[in-house]
Amino acid sequence: MIANNMKHALFCAVITLIISYPILGFNLEARGVDITISGASTFTLVMVALAALVVFAFQLFRDRIMGALAAIPKPGSDSHKEPMEENRRAQIQSWILTGILVLALFWPFFVSRGSVDLATLVLIYVMLALGLNVVVGLAGLLDLGYVAFYAVGAYTFALLSDYAGFSFWMSLPVGALLAALFGLILGFPVLRLRGDYLAIVTLGFGEIIRILLNNWTSLTGGPNGIGGIPEPTLFGMEFGRRVKEEGNTSFHETFGIAYSGEDKVIFLYLISLVLAVFTALVIRRFMRMPVGRAWEALREDEIAARSLGLSRTAVKLSAFTIGAFFAGFAGTVFASKQGFISPESFVFLESAIILAIVVLGGMGSQLGVILAAVAVTILPELAREFSEYRMLIFGAAMVLMMVWRPQGLIPMRRIHIELKKQE
Amino acid sequence: MSEATLYFIQQLINGLTIGSAYALIAIGYTMVYGIIGMINFAHGEIYMIGAYTALIAITGLATLGVAWLPLILLVALICAVIVSSAMGWAVERVAYRPVRGRHRLIPLISAIGMSIFLQNYVHLAQGSRNIGFPLLIEGGFDFGSADTFRASLSYMQLTVFVTTFICMTALSLFISRSRIGRACRAVSQDLGMANLLGIDTNRIIAATFVIGAALAAVAGLLLGMYYGSIDPLFGFIAGLKAFTAAVLGGIGSIPGAMLGGLILGVSESMTSGYLSGEYKDVVSFGLLILILLFKPTGLLGKPEVEKI
Repeated sequence: MIANNMKHALFCAVITLIISYPILGFNLEARGVDITISGASTFTLVMVALAALVVFAFQLFRDRIMGALAAIPKPGSDSHKEPMEENRRAQIQSWILTGILVLALFWPFFVSRGSVDLATLVLIYVMLALGLNVVVGLAGLLDLGYVAFYAVGAYTFALLSDYAGFSFWMSLPVGALLAALFGLILGFPVLRLRGDYLAIVTLGFGEIIRILLNNWTSLTGGPNGIGGIPEPTLFGMEFGRRVKEEGNTSFHETFGIAYSGEDKVIFLYLISLVLAVFTALVIRRFMRMPVGRAWEALREDEIAARSLGLSRTAVKLSAFTIGAFFAGFAGTVFASKQGFISPESFVFLESAIILAIVVLGGMGSQLGVILAAVAVTILPELAREFSEYRMLIFGAAMVLMMVWRPQGLIPMRRIHIELKKQE
Repeated sequence: MSEATLYFIQQLINGLTIGSAYALIAIGYTMVYGIIGMINFAHGEIYMIGAYTALIAITGLATLGVAWLPLILLVALICAVIVSSAMGWAVERVAYRPVRGRHRLIPLISAIGMSIFLQNYVHLAQGSRNIGFPLLIEGGFDFGSADTFRASLSYMQLTVFVTTFICMTALSLFISRSRIGRACRAVSQDLGMANLLGIDTNRIIAATFVIGAALAAVAGLLLGMYYGSIDPLFGFIAGLKAFTAAVLGGIGSIPGAMLGGLILGVSESMTSGYLSGEYKDVVSFGLLILILLFKPTGLLGKPEVEKI
């Protein structure tokens, strides 16, 4: 047994060395046309050796370590506790949510401009993640090209304001509806594909949209993007120092207060907050409507759901369209926040980040997804020195989650009745 | 020959070169899919790591003062194959084996995570800028010229063809003759039954990943030299293309992957030759979408029966 383990452990340690030493141990550097190679620092080499040692030790004592881990009682799986009554839980939850909402409303007036800006970005990701949650979490359709709908929303606003002088409020529904239309048109043919094929097709679609945006220079400005996207107005009041558009007034003059650049940022934050809450509420209603239950039914067992009379295409299409709609929403807000968009913002990595948020938070769970969106966006900002490791950690986290906790950090809770155990 | 014909032939040669390298990568996708029915999303990254290892080996040998070309290429090839195979094995062990047999989306998400992880692993270790790959095999011969245009076949392209041909032949022999190859075929037909008959299926699945990774490493060396530069992202698009090739030929079928790779390479080079290089990715993704929609089994694939 030990000899067998020993062999395996040695093999694993050697593999660890092979996959880490050549890539980490040598640095390639391009100087003009010449490439030079240099050995990495001693620290890196020690780390590589250490990694191999850890793998060796782990594999050697694998059985014991696994046994010890299994012996530790899991904190979450305590099923003896009397479950809280459903309506009491709902009451507490609604109180907490109201509290958070009030806090979120007044918070921006007391903090720096940078934090409010970041919070707006967080809210945009919340919208995106909630939208993708419908598609991936509830309906079980892996959409790897979600960012395409985000791009449609953003570009719709940018182009409409550029060519037709549309304002933010006029573009918001148009952008969202257009994104939904794209979802409908794309979804119609592809939704009869099986899970993994669907993922690849949506990925291809996302890339096609990005390449088109990049190369259709006459319309989209190509890689240079589109700038000068207007900010939202409050009943025709602009937030800039001077009024840009004929017929508008400026916010600070109307109310007779001094001009402050922060007003604009806070206003945009509040809009995003309202839209994010709107998104969450609408999707929450959908989840409890027959269509929401149909999404889940189809995800759990397609054949059973179809034999109960659900139309596969209609159900999947509705999820796809609704998901795309909210991506369009988020896209419009994003375009307005940045004032400038280019295809750079809509690469596959962005889709992967949104997917990571949904997966980490717990597929289908709204609360989990919102918390994950907050964490994923804020953590790299807090730990600046780790920000370059952000994607590395994302990737690893996605794998680990799938291996150990595929239901996510905060799994989806469904309304259910539990039978009491007989004594 | 007229200029138009020569131009066409040149595009055809370019396309076949790229296509045969795509076919090498596509084998990895198709074998894994054939056996455990999952898309190995990180396969493109393994190919990229192969290219990086080869470049590191080449530069290292050049620094040591080795100048004999065949030796350099051979060492680079062996290093790339070893590192990529180890990577393929490790990826299967860490990210895929624990989630095997769960809901379809779970291995796929795990694979996407692995792909992001490996991309950033190389990115952090070697920087994100693209690095020039030295053109080791120079020259070529012209086989026809018109007024201003000369059609030529470079020795580099010839190397790609010959290497691919050797690899494909070796793979076919391996799959049809060797013990492991026979076990591979058995496992792809019926995993449970193969297990009952005493085949160590875990080992065979690992072997599949290793074979796919080794071929991807060969492709990494070849395409790295052919394109002349590599960066950590270059596996992603190539991986998608190779996946397209695998689907085009019928996923799960090895001859299909070869055929699909060649068709994809030619259609891509025709697009960049006659339309615009920018749209070649659109054409291959469009092709992928059309194939999946209208003939999901591909050209040589077997139809999948949905069991209730």
